[in-house]
Amino acid sequence: MAEHIPVPMPDGDSKVFWEGVKQGKLLIQRCDACQRFIFYPRSICPHCFADTLSWVEAQGTGTIYSYTVVHRAFGPFAGQAPYMVAIVELAEGVRMMTRITGSEPNAGAVRIGAAVRVVFVEADEDVTLPYFQLV
Amino acid sequence: MRSDRIAAIVGVAESDLGLTPGKTVLQLQAQAAKAALADAGLEKRDVDALFVAGNWSWSPNLMLAEYLGIQPRYTDGTNIGGSSFEAHLGHALAGIETGRFEVALITYGSTQRSDQSRNRPIEHATLAEQFERPYGLPAPVGAYALAAMRHMYQYGTTSEQLAEIAVATRKWAMLNEKAMMRTPIIIDDVLNSRWIAEPLHLLDCCLVTDGGGAVVVASAKRARDTRKTPVWVLGHGETHTHYGITNMPDLTVTGAVQTGRDAMAMAGVTHDEIDVVEIYDSFTITVLLTLEALGFCQPGEGGAFVSGQRTAPGGPFPMNTNGGGLSYCHPGMYGIFLLIEATRQLRGECKERQVPDAKIALAHGTGGVLSSAATIILGRDA
Repeated sequence: MAEHIPVPMPDGDSKVFWEGVKQGKLLIQRCDACQRFIFYPRSICPHCFADTLSWVEAQGTGTIYSYTVVHRAFGPFAGQAPYMVAIVELAEGVRMMTRITGSEPNAGAVRIGAAVRVVFVEADEDVTLPYFQLV
Repeated sequence: MRSDRIAAIVGVAESDLGLTPGKTVLQLQAQAAKAALADAGLEKRDVDALFVAGNWSWSPNLMLAEYLGIQPRYTDGTNIGGSSFEAHLGHALAGIETGRFEVALITYGSTQRSDQSRNRPIEHATLAEQFERPYGLPAPVGAYALAAMRHMYQYGTTSEQLAEIAVATRKWAMLNEKAMMRTPIIIDDVLNSRWIAEPLHLLDCCLVTDGGGAVVVASAKRARDTRKTPVWVLGHGETHTHYGITNMPDLTVTGAVQTGRDAMAMAGVTHDEIDVVEIYDSFTITVLLTLEALGFCQPGEGGAFVSGQRTAPGGPFPMNTNGGGLSYCHPGMYGIFLLIEATRQLRGECKERQVPDAKIALAHGTGGVLSSAATIILGRDA
């Protein structure tokens, strides 16, 4: 049996985000009341509790806040190791989990603080995810 | 130290630990509960409050109470991961203080090693998890690796410093006949063990074992009739800061900043009055971050604090004296074992690993992916 990665399930909060990913856009929210950016998508602002949020397209750039090279992986990911999972801080200030792609682990270029840009990668059948690569 | 005596731990016990093939989580908890009540000199009929956390039923409280034949007048199934039991103890203190019950039973049990139930694949990623699960970060170690990498970046913390914790903890395990891993290790053994998720090596990671534990808590009035020295619950603090590691406000600062402050203020104790500490060691980095957050050292100084085997037997800062989750046992949600060991240390029952004249202990649980924190201060009468 071919094992698939856990498939993200679009819901009332996230549908717009995943539709954006399919179109090559990285969409995040901004609170109409306090103007702060928000990720992951929500129905209410976790900062000021206003419930009027708008979608905006992120610049798609950011820096690596932290990363790890995964050597022991499980299930559908077992055959992919070693690979790099990171938390990226977008230019807008919000953070998201991602993969770092296009660089070799431990070649020295991938480091905390490095500038990265989003790329959209078909990670599995019918699953496109925002990954990041070094600028 | 505060002088009022409200609630005390009066009984503690483990079940079988390690690999327990054929045993169920109900059997392990029944075994631990019976032994903890015997330790206290109390009967099952004395128990009027039940605290359980586990992931083996949609309602562990309902199933375990049915199995044991308990119909409690107070029930609490708070599950915030491995720190749940420090939270339970705080809640038990509050319940006893307001006169809602007299004797509480706290239990935990897991057969995760025999079941091989960790890291089972899932088909769909829902709710907040849909933004993490598709990326294949192994849970929970990958999250702790992200925190360790960030700490190294910010403060220059080294793998050698993290290894100091694993080596010191193993030395304590060598003094505990119940510990699973009792062969000595040196820092190079940790550094040469295989990568799990960089910068964490295999020996930076806790064990995966079966096991259970139970703690009996009694009001001051009932504690007078029990068999052993009461171990008073002097302080408690709890919080949680996030669910997914992506949303941890600062990867180097845990909720222990708040819980440590709250627990120590409630207990009226200062850092230098604490004789022994039991800190959840899911990974070496967990300990380092917790020591800083609790204020035993400044942010960024955790590496220097643990260097030179300062936390080992005979060192100035006795920590994780049972051998910890790293070397003694780790059945998934380890927090109950912190309370068991702290109690035994304060009773003076720990033989070769006894911290001389320990009067005040701190136990700190961490749950999830550095998500929840709960601190307990325990003390015995002088």
